[in-house]
Amino acid sequence: MPRIAVIGGGIAGMEAAIRLSNLNFEVDIIEKSFSLGGNVNNWHVLFPDHSPARLLIDQLKNQLRDKVNILLGTEVVRTEYNNQQYILHLSDGTRLTFDAIVITTGFKVFPAQRKEEYGYSIYPNVITSAQLEELFQSEKPIHTADHRMANRIAFIHCVGSRDDKIGNRYCSKVCCVTAVKQAMEVAQRNPGSEIFLFYMDLRMYDRHFEDLYFQAQTQYGIRFVRGRLSEVSEKSDARLYLKLEDTLLGKPLRLTVDLLVLMVGMEPADNSPQLANLFSIPVGTDRFIQPENFHLYKNRTSRPGVFVAGCASGPKSIGETLADARSAAFEVYNFFNNN
Amino acid sequence: MPSFGFSVQPPQHIDLDKNYRAIFDFIKENEPSFQRCIYCGSCGATCSAGNFSQMSLRKVNLLISRGQISEVKNLIDNCLLCGKCQLVCPRNVNTRKVILLIHKALKMPLS
Repeated sequence: MPRIAVIGGGIAGMEAAIRLSNLNFEVDIIEKSFSLGGNVNNWHVLFPDHSPARLLIDQLKNQLRDKVNILLGTEVVRTEYNNQQYILHLSDGTRLTFDAIVITTGFKVFPAQRKEEYGYSIYPNVITSAQLEELFQSEKPIHTADHRMANRIAFIHCVGSRDDKIGNRYCSKVCCVTAVKQAMEVAQRNPGSEIFLFYMDLRMYDRHFEDLYFQAQTQYGIRFVRGRLSEVSEKSDARLYLKLEDTLLGKPLRLTVDLLVLMVGMEPADNSPQLANLFSIPVGTDRFIQPENFHLYKNRTSRPGVFVAGCASGPKSIGETLADARSAAFEVYNFFNNN
Repeated sequence: MPSFGFSVQPPQHIDLDKNYRAIFDFIKENEPSFQRCIYCGSCGATCSAGNFSQMSLRKVNLLISRGQISEVKNLIDNCLLCGKCQLVCPRNVNTRKVILLIHKALKMPLS
């Protein structure tokens, strides 16, 4: 039976491994960190159904059990191609031989300090959407860094996305609906708080997303203002003063908030470019791995036997990531059964 | 006060810290569909009064939600209550009721 390496143990890697082992392949997951689940581990509940992220990871882990060889804390350092097989040199010194590779290295959240004018890691009350998600893990109301109740909260869309200046022209896809989801959660935890969302466009592209937007407006009174944050400054009381333009009214707008949440976008995982280099497969101008064909072969790469799934080939929601992983498993199956 | 031959303009920006929300809240309570507005501009495009004035319900709703009340009266007085905006609204806002409530709110000593 062909042996497949799945590089990356996030939800894409787990799902691909499950499906491949169901198709009777021998599968190894190579994960650089010491746990499976990747970025989803840092999430509390998921859009659009508010289901717990933990549950999703546990369900995937249950299906993996005993079927797949899992190598944690392990990275690929070198590759060799010999007689239609890939020999992977791993960081623990071992060498393993595989018949095909599935790259599922996913994404990392945009490091918000690169968007300096937004004050992240300068002002303590500027946090990222990922940090807010951590705060949600306890069921308590949301407080500021200086332990005051957050009564006025602003969410800033497209931080690290659609921004040529910081080098990311692409849309990260999931932050719009995540902002709406998180705004509603803050409204539930901090009743009576005033919540603002500052957006360029609201990309409510998938099923139920528009319903969340509607609910945010009508049930929670969340205020949507079109305009991109220009700059932030801190007042003497540690609150934050925001400068924007209300682009629908065509007027400058100013406001003070207790807490500022930056909706950080996705960037390719740190090891993704090196990995692409090791396998000599191209990346796009956005640095995500380029599939062979965007429509027909989105899981194949230019290299036979090397496949890609999940956010390694561009931002995706969880549902899209899992579907992509299944599709990749089937591509691997076709690769061995049509040759 | 001596005249220096020039005057100082008050700040023209929208200040959400001193935001006047009483009219927004009054309309929202009496006609909750008001909150559904997504400022798409369908109403303004079809507005009979908009052909001859600056009237656009999108603009009026936006001004109210940002507390810019002083500009509302001049716009809303042009409305003929023809109801075309209600026919085109994709979010099913009860626009005529909203307009009547705005008229009512502007007459009340809310501030």
